[in-house]
Amino acid sequence: MARVVIEMGNYIASYAAKAARVKVVAAYPITPQTQIVERIAELVERGEMDAEYVCVESEHSAMVACIAAAALGVRTFTATSAHGLTLMHEALHWAAGSRLPIVMAVVNRAMGPGWNIWPDFSDSLSQRDTGWIQFYCADSQEIFDTIIQAYKLCEDKRVLLPAMVCFEGFVLSHTSMPVTIPDQGDIDEFLPPYDPGWTLDVDNPLSHATITPPEWYMEFRYLIQEAMENAKRLIPIVDEEYRRMFGFKHGGLIERYRCEDADLILMTMGVMGSEAKLAVDRLRNDGLNVGLARVRVFRPFPKEEIKGLAEGVRMIATVDRHTSFGMEGFLATEVKASLYGSKNPPLIAGFIAGLGGRDVTFHDIESMMRKAWDWMEEGKVEKEVEWVNLRW
Amino acid sequence: MGLGRGASRGLRDLPPTILSSPKVGSVGRTGSWRLSRPVINYDRCTKCLLCWIYCPEGCISRAEDEKPIIDYDYCKGCGICAKECPMDSILMEMEEV
Ligand code: SF4
Ligand code: SF4
Repeated sequence: MARVVIEMGNYIASYAAKAARVKVVAAYPITPQTQIVERIAELVERGEMDAEYVCVESEHSAMVACIAAAALGVRTFTATSAHGLTLMHEALHWAAGSRLPIVMAVVNRAMGPGWNIWPDFSDSLSQRDTGWIQFYCADSQEIFDTIIQAYKLCEDKRVLLPAMVCFEGFVLSHTSMPVTIPDQGDIDEFLPPYDPGWTLDVDNPLSHATITPPEWYMEFRYLIQEAMENAKRLIPIVDEEYRRMFGFKHGGLIERYRCEDADLILMTMGVMGSEAKLAVDRLRNDGLNVGLARVRVFRPFPKEEIKGLAEGVRMIATVDRHTSFGMEGFLATEVKASLYGSKNPPLIAGFIAGLGGRDVTFHDIESMMRKAWDWMEEGKVEKEVEWVNLRW
Repeated sequence: MGLGRGASRGLRDLPPTILSSPKVGSVGRTGSWRLSRPVINYDRCTKCLLCWIYCPEGCISRAEDEKPIIDYDYCKGCGICAKECPMDSILMEMEEV
């Protein structure tokens, strides 16, 4: 039977790993992720979760252990944050290049220095090009559902890539909300046991990820690109299938809120995409035609969908909880790139907000949108990149 | 499967990732660039098999009587076997160029 639990986002991620019948978890604790693997360790120790829990001495080893386990053909999970994730960086390339469907919860935390444990996306977005699928969640139900969906997607033979399920530290990780955990039998039906395409087996020896000369390296890279394109096509299908079985849907690649007939669309990721709904409602009450598009999947990037969304829109305001030093927010860059070649593209303004866990309230979002609305009316973006609430 | 001679022609023949079945010599005779060649003096050899354990290339095999035999197709001439042999029964001889 489905049941409703009220627990912090981190524990919800642990329950999702259990519900996915993960067989190996290798992890190293780091704030604000620690409770995920703590709870899993408890569940394994109490015999409530049939998995091998591997204690390791670093996040790099955690990822390498996950790679080895996944190559042996079992469903594998880990979780990390910030410096732990960046320590894994080399191994992240190995996981994707080896086409292993590992799922990892990334509890977003700002990179130091200044030493900081609060949320922003500087950890996961700097792993953009490792070949991992990246989901960004806006509430705890989505954390649970996305972890289950991620296994379904990643284990699909047309995809075979690892995925990060990202959610912001504290704001989600340590906040308790009610979450529906579906019946285990139904989850098993949605997510059958992992059927690996190949395994490492001493009786049938195989070398994996060995030297690949220039004559063939590019072909394997192309296959990763193709798998990403397949994932882009399959994510909305998996999300819809999940909705049909369990009633929850998270928008596929992009969650849209009041976008129909909108002149101005705000685009953002993560919890700002929940908070912004309030701002949209308030502005709509004032007669401004605004909408919200929460980009749920950053890799593969939904550029075709963004192109469609932007048709007839006069202005897009992006809000990035991250910046690429020397350029601008990642979302701003990607949205602009997606719209290249469109007829009558909208104006685009990029806001940088909420770095290092600075709170971004619906009031803040409302002021960004009002500012962008004014620029839209003037037909000119006064500031292409604006850092919000900076203390000059 | 595999990237050896003629096994695959284009990316549609490839597995999703780099997988290969172990096979002797799939990338050719890798010992061709050896500068010096280890030669075992079987009169001194006690068959202790330290050379067999230490060879980083795995190219020393054991005959039925446990005599170590070097496969020169793959031996790189690193000299580790000669260094480890407690009987000094392996001599490194310069290859003729
Ligand atoms: S020289 Fe090196 S590679 Fe050749 S047999 Fe001795 S240890 Fe092995
Ligand atoms: S190490 Fe020397 S003595 Fe021992 S088996 Fe090899 S050649 Fe013979």
